[in-house]
Amino acid sequence: MAELNAIELEGVVKEYLSHGEVVQAVKGVTLGIAEGEFFSLLGPSGCGKTTTMRMIAGFEEPSRGMVKLHGQDVTNVPPNKRDVNMVFQSYALFPHMSVWDNVAFGLKQRKTPQEEIRRRVGEMLEIVDLTGREKRRPREMSGGQQQRVALARALVNRPRALLLDEPLGALDLKLRQAMQIELKRIQREVGITFVYVTHDQGEALTMSDRIAVMNDGLVEQLGGPREIYERPASAFVAGFIGTSNLLSGAASGGVMEFGGGRILVPELDGAVTVTVRPEKITICTDKPDGEVSVVPGTVSEVVYLGTYTSYAVNLGGGTEVTVFQQNAHDAMNTAERGDAVWLSWLPQHSYALGS
Amino acid sequence: MKRLTPYLLALPSWMWLAIFLVVPMAAMASVSLQTGNAIDGFAMTFSVSNYTDALSRYSTQLVRSLIYGGAATLAMLAIGYPVAYFIAFKAGSRKSMYLFLLLLPFFVSFVLRTISWGFLLADDGILFGTLKGWGLLPAGFHVLATGFAVIAGLTYNWLPFMILPIYVALERVDPRVVEAAQDLYASRIATFRRVVLPLSLPGVFAGVLMTFVPATADPVNAQVLGGTSNTMIGNIIQTTYLTNLQYPTASALSFTLMAVLLVGIFIYARALGTENVLEAAAR
Repeated sequence: MAELNAIELEGVVKEYLSHGEVVQAVKGVTLGIAEGEFFSLLGPSGCGKTTTMRMIAGFEEPSRGMVKLHGQDVTNVPPNKRDVNMVFQSYALFPHMSVWDNVAFGLKQRKTPQEEIRRRVGEMLEIVDLTGREKRRPREMSGGQQQRVALARALVNRPRALLLDEPLGALDLKLRQAMQIELKRIQREVGITFVYVTHDQGEALTMSDRIAVMNDGLVEQLGGPREIYERPASAFVAGFIGTSNLLSGAASGGVMEFGGGRILVPELDGAVTVTVRPEKITICTDKPDGEVSVVPGTVSEVVYLGTYTSYAVNLGGGTEVTVFQQNAHDAMNTAERGDAVWLSWLPQHSYALGS
Repeated sequence: MKRLTPYLLALPSWMWLAIFLVVPMAAMASVSLQTGNAIDGFAMTFSVSNYTDALSRYSTQLVRSLIYGGAATLAMLAIGYPVAYFIAFKAGSRKSMYLFLLLLPFFVSFVLRTISWGFLLADDGILFGTLKGWGLLPAGFHVLATGFAVIAGLTYNWLPFMILPIYVALERVDPRVVEAAQDLYASRIATFRRVVLPLSLPGVFAGVLMTFVPATADPVNAQVLGGTSNTMIGNIIQTTYLTNLQYPTASALSFTLMAVLLVGIFIYARALGTENVLEAAAR
């Protein structure tokens, strides 16, 4: 038997009654989160990711299905009796307590001996770099500091899993990037399972071991960051994660004719939609040779972005694709607006979508 | 000019305070130090005898007022907190209806409301008369013209002023903070005791302030519900001023009452924690 998953969701459904109508926020989610994993629930707002997390925490009771923590059914166990802790979106620190009392709250509720509380809170504040600020009130601290208090308050209890609900949403970009690395470091240090809810695909790709991309109450795809980026399971995933170009047509014998060019789609026949990531495409002024997909087009926009240049290329028939070119070898590819160009990419970079 | 703008904008309220608070208070203070009578007129003698006389003659009523006011305040707190809690957390979409019901009695005049309480508490009235008729109460049972009736009337009359500030404080408690406490293993009782109650203390403070002061100084309830042996300091001030025309004594009594209330509030604020109260002001 495989090792028990830290968290197990089995056919979890959450229904609400809204204006007399039953609305399904979560339409049947089944997934397992391994011990020590950094797992992200990623999706746009309203996709059911937060509801899913709240069912793991115990704030919402599933309408159907089962929630298991370490193999134990906790579907109807209240949050204060679950061995998971949550970091709330706006931190939800206790405004009337000092940093120390905030962090010690969970341990006190569990009747931990005074001596141990003192030691563990002290250690935790050290990990999140807040030593010396024990007496501050939350409102006297910056967003980043409050964030770390919230993290410490949850982690000090050494939960079996830590749930984080868009914890970096309120921080500015620089701080957010720093906290991403920080979170990853802390997770490695404490070795606790992290379940991370976010709508920011960059954040999810940077930190996660595995990601569940959610849409409309269902998991669209479950996999590692690379897998999700390189092999999106649906047009939704392809569009939501990064930039992607969708090209549709009829294929026969592994070749799809497309606007005066051809797209190689090995082993496919009939109506096909493929997705190609912008950075996989090369722009040339001459038609390239070899076993590659080639499509002619006209450059309609050039945006210089420092490390790379983004081109919008019109392929005719209302199709426009985005192409990223590293500026390392721009001597080859200085296309300008209005230029007629050839786009090419390797066959394995055309990825056929399931739906 | 720009730097003066805020002060200019605040000027009307300062004038208001000066004309309607500072001037009458100063006049009262001056009257309280005068001697004389209504026929020959009063002359300023800077005598504090008004104060010492008033205190020695009416200390019983003063103490009784504080006891009645305090008891009514405690009763209001005991009744009002659960009501405020219910409206804030459990009423859902009916919240505004309950708040309206809370304010509904104010559409009837204060004196009328108190008099109708008199009917309610009358020995053979609608409540006790019926209960006596059923043999559930002894025939000699009576509430009207007792201290209990006065406290009940005070409690009834000022209850909304206790409920509303507590409601506002509870309403402002972030539900996610409550969830956070539950997430950190706190039971329902622990969540209330450690998080909800402390966060609502500013509201409790405001509620106590808004009820204890008027309840202690109120003359109407004692007059209508208390009979002759339960007079409060408010009745004494009223009679001294309006009937006996002893303006200096009445003024001295008023200032004494004010001083006692201020000291009481100060002690209460210290007991509750200055930090809590200041926090309430800051939010």
